[in-house]
Amino acid sequence: MEWLVFVPLAAMALVTAVLVIILRNPVYCALSLVGTFFALSGIYLLLQAQFVAVVQVIVYAGAIMVLFLFVVMLLDLGHELPAWLQRDRPRLLIGAGAVAILLLELVIPVGSWTARAPHGPQTSEVVGAAGNTQLVGRLLFTEFLVPFEITSIILLIAIIGAMVLARR
Amino acid sequence: MPEGAFFVIMVAKIVVVFGLMLLSVSYLTWVERKVIGDIQVRLGPMRVGPHGLLQPIADGLKLLFKEDIIPQAADRTLYILAPAVALIPAFISFAVIPFGDQVRLFGQTIDLVITDVNIGLLYVFGVASLGVYGIVLGGWASNNKYALLGGLRSSAQMISYELSLGLSVIGVVMLSQSLSLVEIVGAQARTWFIILQPIGFLIFLICAVAETNRAPFDLPEAETELVAGFHVEYSSMKFAMYFMAEYANMITVAAMTTTLFLGGWRGPWLPPVVWFLVKLYLVIFLFIWLRGTLPRFRYDQLMRFGWKVLLPIALANIVVTAVFVALR
Repeated sequence: MEWLVFVPLAAMALVTAVLVIILRNPVYCALSLVGTFFALSGIYLLLQAQFVAVVQVIVYAGAIMVLFLFVVMLLDLGHELPAWLQRDRPRLLIGAGAVAILLLELVIPVGSWTARAPHGPQTSEVVGAAGNTQLVGRLLFTEFLVPFEITSIILLIAIIGAMVLARR
Repeated sequence: MPEGAFFVIMVAKIVVVFGLMLLSVSYLTWVERKVIGDIQVRLGPMRVGPHGLLQPIADGLKLLFKEDIIPQAADRTLYILAPAVALIPAFISFAVIPFGDQVRLFGQTIDLVITDVNIGLLYVFGVASLGVYGIVLGGWASNNKYALLGGLRSSAQMISYELSLGLSVIGVVMLSQSLSLVEIVGAQARTWFIILQPIGFLIFLICAVAETNRAPFDLPEAETELVAGFHVEYSSMKFAMYFMAEYANMITVAAMTTTLFLGGWRGPWLPPVVWFLVKLYLVIFLFIWLRGTLPRFRYDQLMRFGWKVLLPIALANIVVTAVFVALR
């Protein structure tokens, strides 16, 4: 049954992700990215991660992509590829090759592990009993406290950096 | 409950809520014109039907039969899509708002909420944050400078006030220990959260008005500066869809205010659904009253107010609430 939902969502994620790169009009590219976020959010829902799914929509689709659109619309970017990209065939090929290798490195281990790896402690039953949001919160403030705080500091540095740059 | 009955009840609930919402949207235009008329010592619509009661129907018919103009330089796809993008989020966020207690009908226990999601509050925020796309895309696709400026203003405004809106309800979440709207209403059995969270309530109300782009925060469509803002090029039913979205948003936001701070459907004597509707319409009346009373903000005032006044107060409110919850 899960396949009935997963396959369309995965297909939507892939197609919209490709559209982000190949469409000429930057506004449409940004909207395709929003479509990718929606597909990912649907996949999170399928994985019983409701909190992550909704936060994905609120943060990425609702805030960050709106700012992206904002910039794209104000700058009125051209619809053509930049000149260096059109000329530089070798560089394009090297990039495509690197991406393919990275993809294989992801797909092969994931494909061979999932069949025999043991389940982690956070199974659907555990999550269902404690509540999705509650569990995420508890883990963030116990087991993953240090990474969480480091991320906060990095974000703070980025905000201050942006302020300093904007003031100049 | 057998699966068939579950399905029938679900569809029935969706149809009833959606139908009532559409009816409310069309009659809210009449209510708004009447109330504003009273405030300005005018009669408001009087000619179509007794006391202008058939005015919304006449308006709807007129808009349906108007010529639909698409500017030549507009981006056709997005121009057509944008009003729908504005309308859909406005209607689907009502799915998680409880409008009554359980009732027994035909031997089945029915919850008076379309679906109770454990992240209901976040769902509403997620859907509401998408409403901005309809406005910003409509503004851009029209290929008109006034429309573009209106769209950009609105996206800046909505992002700024969404932050304070989100922070203002964290106190409610801390007190009720849940993100489910059904459980938040349940937690208000003894005291409504407007008493425990008066500052949160005020911030929520102000941000809600800003989120719905209504006066005194109606800068995206400030007539004196931007003609009509993002929908200046829109005509016929597409124009009407933007207005339906605005009124539907108003209903949703009023329903959220009722659910989060005014005890939802809870109240003595009267049946729960009636209480819910009474509170809902009181909040909507307050919105209309604000529009009839207050002049529009200037753009820099709006931004300064959102970031330098509302946001710090909302943060302070969270800290104070957290201390009280920890000490309890």
